Amino acid sequence: MVATFDPNDDSVVVIVGSGAGGGTLANALCRNGLKVVLLEAGTRQSRSTFHNDEWYAFNQLAWLDKRTTSGSWRVAKDFPNLPAWICKTVGGTTVHWAGASLRFADHEFKTKTQYSGVSGANLMDWPLTLQELEPYYSKAEYRMGVTRTNDIPGLPGNNNFKVMYNGATRAGYKTVHTGHMAINPQPRDGRAGCMQLGFCFQGCKSGAKWSTLYTEIPEAEGTGRLDLRPQSMALQVTHDKQGKATGVLYADASGKQVIQKARVVCLAGNSIETPRLLLNSASSTYPHGLANSSGQVGKNYMRHTTGSVYGIFKKPVHMYRGTVMAGIILDEARLDPKRGFVGGFEMETISLGLPFMASFLNPGAWGREYTRQLEQYPNMAGMWIVGEDMPQETNRVTLNTDVKDQWGLPVANVHYDDHPNDVAMRNYAYKRGAAVYQAAGAVQTIEVPPYPSTHNLGTCRMSEKPDAGVCNKWGQTHDIKNLFISDGSQFTTSGGENPTLTIVTLALRQGDHIASECAKKNL
Amino acid sequence: MKRREFLHKSAIVIVGTAMAAAAPASAATGGDQWPTLKKLSPEQARTLLKMARQIYPHPKLDDACYVATVVDLDSNAAASPETAKLLADGVAQLQRAKFDDLTPEQQTVLLVSIQSGPFFQKVRATEVVSLYNNHAVWKQFDYRGASYPFGGYVHHGFNDLNWLPDPPDSASPKG
Repeated sequence: MVATFDPNDDSVVVIVGSGAGGGTLANALCRNGLKVVLLEAGTRQSRSTFHNDEWYAFNQLAWLDKRTTSGSWRVAKDFPNLPAWICKTVGGTTVHWAGASLRFADHEFKTKTQYSGVSGANLMDWPLTLQELEPYYSKAEYRMGVTRTNDIPGLPGNNNFKVMYNGATRAGYKTVHTGHMAINPQPRDGRAGCMQLGFCFQGCKSGAKWSTLYTEIPEAEGTGRLDLRPQSMALQVTHDKQGKATGVLYADASGKQVIQKARVVCLAGNSIETPRLLLNSASSTYPHGLANSSGQVGKNYMRHTTGSVYGIFKKPVHMYRGTVMAGIILDEARLDPKRGFVGGFEMETISLGLPFMASFLNPGAWGREYTRQLEQYPNMAGMWIVGEDMPQETNRVTLNTDVKDQWGLPVANVHYDDHPNDVAMRNYAYKRGAAVYQAAGAVQTIEVPPYPSTHNLGTCRMSEKPDAGVCNKWGQTHDIKNLFISDGSQFTTSGGENPTLTIVTLALRQGDHIASECAKKNL
Repeated sequence: MKRREFLHKSAIVIVGTAMAAAAPASAATGGDQWPTLKKLSPEQARTLLKMARQIYPHPKLDDACYVATVVDLDSNAAASPETAKLLADGVAQLQRAKFDDLTPEQQTVLLVSIQSGPFFQKVRATEVVSLYNNHAVWKQFDYRGASYPFGGYVHHGFNDLNWLPDPPDSASPKG
């Protein structure tokens, strides 16, 4: 059933990247009858090759090809070559994600209109609305099996959630529950029920958590129209004299360089690799990179306003038992500038195993004061803050021509400075998180700086006007009609929600659009 | 080398799964008994062990837990002449200051004075992985590591906390 297409077959759609965007899009196109070549830089793992071991899994799954950083964010100091904690493996970061599946709010598509008085932010309304997306949000939730939708119950909360719930309700919060998670409470759609392993980030060994690796991709293979090529690193998008995309040059597992011809090219390499590929594809026709007549490729990189708060209690919590994102406080997601910032944020439980906790609780810290905190590990509860960050043109992915990767291509440099709105939100959220744990009886609370980014957004934004962004409401680039952006790079603004559900939603919608345009011979 | 360089700069070190096994407890207490050393001298290893104890001090952990860090540093030194020189020079500097004979408080003061340098950073970045990725250490922190082999926590206490009330079903269904 698995297809094999010839490199010269120019009737295929080539997709770069097999995560939430690319894996989902491949499935949607195959179901619509199109032939797809799916290029994935990483290897194909499976539930049986995943390890419940933080460092082993990091080395097995994470994107470790060199990158550089700049800017005032602390990640640049603590992890100068690791701006993002995302994956290089079939399934992309859906192998690593925690499963939180939240819809954007209506106002988050209209930040230019709704957020006033924010200077220095490159706010822009999305060229689409929540209403337009709602039918596809529903399809995405059904496919992924999101709890508290489609009559799927919520997951049972673990100890970490119990602490969050009690603290949050005592602190006055009203909307606190075990979330909207793409994790099966009970077996469904060929996937098992959750075993509460506590290793969501390391690849879910039970398969209860949705990942394109064992849902969208094998289903697409079953159509006989998907040719998945792991260990295939896209190097350049090629084009003809008229400027139309003609295929993708990639290095295969043996290092051999191959051009796969294409009818349509879709990029879903995450918000760092997607703009890097466009910039590395510069030619005499497109001297500033593909799809970059606006100059916007790589700009407005967003990573969410994040941070964590850990509470230390007198009695054991064992937060590491069970789902990592076991529950959520939704009250702060609202738009309420009276708090001193625009945009909203979620508070979601998080836990790290001891090996990662030692590295991330306060990166670089040492000495007895720090080890005293670590010794409280069994008595800790933890939450992650995830909120909308402000797009800024100067936060951007550029090519670092001083540093080359294993293919001799310039690596991506990721520059990020917090906007004052981001700082105000984070400081407010730290205080609220501490208040939650104090209400539950914490003897100490610890504010933890942002980890390397797991939510990487923007850099090829959707815009109504071609000079203001890289792609239109379908993810189709303004400059090249058969070149699409199919991942979180499309996001005009970041919203306050974990982005995967919206990436999947946009991919399902884009899949229908591409299929329809192909049927009409417009592509 | 690229990978190694990247990992070092990111304060992240690949840990061999055999790491814990490579550090027999007998090596910890026997002074000059460092049978597995490939590059470091026993004297260098002893100073590094004392340094490791001061960087992430846990009174409850015995020396065997810290030996893993020294064994990993030794492997790095054996694989890279640059690392070997970095460690040898750093240890020599500590020994000139009679580091081994200082009180823990004095040792900490000395380490603070070198904490931004590459020698200290190399040892710390190695240790934060070698020490806390050790099964013997996990036991002391009530951390169990892999849960799949025993079926996860769904029947092993994922929601056994009893010092706070249970949330209502609407917030947390029984499952």
